[in-house]
Order: sequence, then structure tokens, then C-alpha cells
Amino acid sequence: MTAPLFERLRTHAADGGIDTDELSLTVTEGTYRLSVAGDEHAGLDEDELQAVLAEYPDYLEEWGFWQTRAPQAPARWAFLRWVEEADDAAPPARRRALVDGVSQTWGQLHLTVRLDEEARRTYTLRHVDDADTPDERLDAHTDPLDARWIAKHDDDGRYRPLKTAPTLQTGWHFSGLNAAAAVQTIDLFYPATIANRYREQHGDLDVTHWAETTERQTGIYAVTEELEGEAVDWVAEACCEDSQCLKRREWDEDEDRELSVPRGDGRFPCREPCSLVIAAARKWTMLEREEEQAYTLHLTPSEKEQLETLLRAVAEGTAGTVREADVREGANRYRTRFLRAKRTDQHGRLDADDE
Amino acid sequence: MADALVIAAHGSHLNPGSSTPTYNHADRIREAGTFAEVREAFWKEEPHFREVLRVLDSDEAYVVPLFISEGYFTEQVIPRELRLQDWTPDAWASDGVSATAATFQAGDVDTQVHYCGPVGTHDAMSQVIAHRADTVLDDRAGDDVGMVVVGHGTERNENSAKAVQYHADQIRQQDRFAQVEALFMDEEPEVEDLTEHVHTKDIVVVPLFVADGYHTQEDIPEDIGLTDDYRKGYDVPATVDGRRVWYTGAVGTDPLVADVILERVRDAK
Repeated sequence: MTAPLFERLRTHAADGGIDTDELSLTVTEGTYRLSVAGDEHAGLDEDELQAVLAEYPDYLEEWGFWQTRAPQAPARWAFLRWVEEADDAAPPARRRALVDGVSQTWGQLHLTVRLDEEARRTYTLRHVDDADTPDERLDAHTDPLDARWIAKHDDDGRYRPLKTAPTLQTGWHFSGLNAAAAVQTIDLFYPATIANRYREQHGDLDVTHWAETTERQTGIYAVTEELEGEAVDWVAEACCEDSQCLKRREWDEDEDRELSVPRGDGRFPCREPCSLVIAAARKWTMLEREEEQAYTLHLTPSEKEQLETLLRAVAEGTAGTVREADVREGANRYRTRFLRAKRTDQHGRLDADDE
Repeated sequence: MADALVIAAHGSHLNPGSSTPTYNHADRIREAGTFAEVREAFWKEEPHFREVLRVLDSDEAYVVPLFISEGYFTEQVIPRELRLQDWTPDAWASDGVSATAATFQAGDVDTQVHYCGPVGTHDAMSQVIAHRADTVLDDRAGDDVGMVVVGHGTERNENSAKAVQYHADQIRQQDRFAQVEALFMDEEPEVEDLTEHVHTKDIVVVPLFVADGYHTQEDIPEDIGLTDDYRKGYDVPATVDGRRVWYTGAVGTDPLVADVILERVRDAK
């Protein structure tokens, strides 16, 4: 046991007492009462306290980490406890597990905490798909702020306007992070997810439903208030399913009408329609103002099926994966060019009659 | 707990470079170590204005809008999304370019927010604009240089042009340039008539924009006549109607803007 750690423990005991992780300590007129690992020790003076505590190093070390070195902000503290499921294991078992390392997944992040050679916690972070990739094959990072740049583009170099889209790029790792740097890095990859998950766990997630969110909009987004009913379900189906965003949607049209779309299985909640959804909804509001018309369009059954395949391929983002010569696939480029040649005019318009 | 700084910027769903100046200014300020935490927040990116306060540890936060003028974003969008209780534009008691700061409680967290005026209207921004001009000019420029501050301008918000005119006036008073003009993309006097408005052989043009993007890299170079197609690029200086035009990037990307952000906070204390 280090002298500074013991001194910090005494200070905390004198300043309201300690009661955490199977370690409780109070002091009354210079006499300590200690409960550790279920053992009770009363009437201890300072030397006796130090001698008894020396028999429980794991309890003392864990107290030192959680009460003095880990970030004390409640959401971050709770997150770090969750990472190693600290509430489920007594300090000795917890520290034994940390020697090998304990990992959790947060979105597409794979976070591992282990004890280093000095028995201090060190955190590493990488893409979940790189969980088993050797460090030397990944770009090494140690500065949490680098996460902002990694989060900007996907593996194909395309800009990611939505941080929680399931398109986080692979090929990097952060190492040597302390607890504060680990949560900072995660918060830069997935801003506010730790704070909102904490609020949710404590029953005070401030959900703002669709109606209230769109009513709040002004300027060019004020029109989104018009979009209601089934169209809101379509918005959520378009933007908010797990294939598009890793947040779990907690908002609905309003308190009284749940959307029919799955909320998603994400660990962290979505508390209101995001800016991307609102910007897209503006476009849909304009488009939904148009009146429907009937068209007569002549297609073979296979051509109708191909149009459906094309819709699916673009909506699921798989159009680019169809092989060059695989003309069996409706979303194949040659197949699509053939359909265009046959069914559209020189301006690309479908050969359809208004009724 | 020490204070937090939040730099509130527009961001973009389409342009990955939009947030880069914001990140760079935040990094410079972090290096100085003045604040316990420095955080970027955006209208179009994350953390959104709506959720930035909840990721802070500090009890007090200084929010500095990285915007050019007082108007829709600084007066409506940012205060609303931050949930500043009892906000009204009157709290700044501004004439359109003179906002300093006012203090509010946030609605979703126990944070006291010192809401500062935008970076673009701070006095110190005039120096950054002039500095920007000096860095692009070289020995080829004679003593007779005209200087133009270009703003977006919009008929919908008179403060948009006011900020540009304000800095042009400030720089004019310094007698550093033979002529100083404020020109605009979307209102009179227009930047596409550059050589009609400026009479000097050398003209340095500084766009008063937060980030480089369509306006500063595509529209303005084509409007001025630096190039007929922005994709082909242009020379610095480029020759337009027999004049030499020295065009700089968006002033908001200048590292000195970090100092203007800090000035905003000092004014609020």
C-alpha cells in the first residue's frame, strides 16, 4: 500500500466516511471502524488500520481508482463501471479479470481495459471488426482528439454526416488511454451517447417526440411540422433502423402514438429526431405536397421485379456490390442500362401515360 | 470546477471540411490550457447544440458562436437549441454588431451559460482580416493596394452586411490600404463588379466566411473572374480586367481566429 493512497483514504474517511465496493471506513475521535470483504474491525488506531488494510490490497487499490483516479462525473463513472461490470465482482476477482483484460462493445467500438505492468488500468479502443487484428496492422493513436478525424469518413473515404451510422471506418487503434481519455475518445466518436444512456438508466432521458421537434423548427425547416401520421413512420424506417443508425429510437410521433418501425437494438438511446432526419424530412415534406397521379406503364413481370430489386439495392446500399458481369442480378449495371434503353426516352423518362 | 468553452459552429451534412476550422481553433485553445474543457458543437454535426451542454463537466460554460454576423443563427437557433432560459435578443443590447455576452441558465442541465456574441463581429476580427490580406500579398504588389472584404450579404438580415461594412470601416481607418471596400455575393454592391468598385492596380480580396466551401472556393473566384471554372483553379495573383487580384481563403480558417474566440470570453468575464 502506498503512503499517498493511505493518506487519501484517511482523508475520505474523515470527510464523511467511505462505503463502497465492500469497503467501509469511518472514524470517530481518532478511532477507525473498518469493514472490508465482510470482515469487521472496530477500535483501530492509525497503525492498526494500516496493518489490517495491508491484508486487503485489492480493496484499497480499487477504492483508490474508483474514488480518486477515475473521472468522477456520474455518467462517465457509471460507464467505466459498466465496461468491466465492476458492480458484479468483488475487487479481488475484478482485478484478476483485468489482468487478462475485459472488453465491451459500444456501437462499433471495441473497448478493452486491463491492468498494465504497474497494475494500473489502461484502456485500448478499436473498431469491433478489428477486435482480433494485431496492433501492428492498425494505425496507432494515443490522442483522443484524433477520433474526430477518424469518425469523419467511412472505409470507402465517404463523408459520414451521422456519427452513429454503422459505417465507422476500420484500421486504427487507440492504446495507453487512461480512464478519462478512454471516455473522452468514445464521446468524440459517439457524442453524448454516454450521457444519454446514463440519463436513460436513471429514468430521466428527456425524449422529444417528432411533433414537438418539428414544431420547434424555424426557417427552412419549419415546414417539417406538416409531416405527420404514416409519413413519420416512413421517415423512421428510412433513417432510423439499425442498418442506418446505431442509436435506439426512443421518440415517437408523440406521446400517444408509437411508430410502427422497430426501435433498434442499440445500447444507447436516440432522444429526438436528429438534424439529418430533419433536413431529410424537409425534402419529404415538399415531395409529399404533390398530388398522386395514375400512370399506365407497361412492364414484363421480370421488369417489375427488377424495379423492385433496384429500389431495394439503392435503399440497402448494395447496388455497388453487384458484380460487373452478373446479369442475373436486377441491380447489375448492364441489366439496368438495358431496362433504361428499352423503357425510357432520350431524357431518361419512363415511357408512361398519364391517365 | 473550472470553466468550459463551447465553440458553436454550423457544420455540414455534405462537406467534410466545414468543421475543420472549428476543430483547429478548438485545438489551439486546448493547447493554451485556459479552460478545463473545450468542446465543439454544431447545428448539422455532433455533438449538436441540443446535446453539447450535457457532455460537459463544468458548472459554467462560455458559448462562442463561430458565425460571421448576428442574426438567425445567433439569435434564434443557438439559444433555442441550447435551451437558454428566458433568452431574448435584447439581452445582448446590440446594434447589430456590438453583442458581447449575456448569462443564462440552461433548461436541461445545471450549467450556467455565458452566451457570447459571434466571432465575426468582434473588433479583433478586423485585425485578422487585415492580417489575412498581408499574408497573401508579396513583393510584386506595389504600395497602391485596394482591399476588399467580401461577405455573403442577404436582404433578409441587415446585420449580415453590417458586420462586413464594420470591418471594412475599421480597416479603412488604419490607412494600411489605398482603398477599402465591402462587397457582397447576394446584395449590392456586388463582388462580381470588383474592378468597377476598386481603382487600384493591386486588389486583395478577403472573404469574411467561417470556412472554405462552395462560396469561397467556387462562387467568389468565378464571380470575380479569377477563373471561368473553379475546377481549373486560379493564380494568386490572377489578372482581372488588367488588375492583379490577390484572393485569400476564408478568413475564418486563420489561426488567429482562436484568439478572437478567447477575446469573446474575456469580454464576457
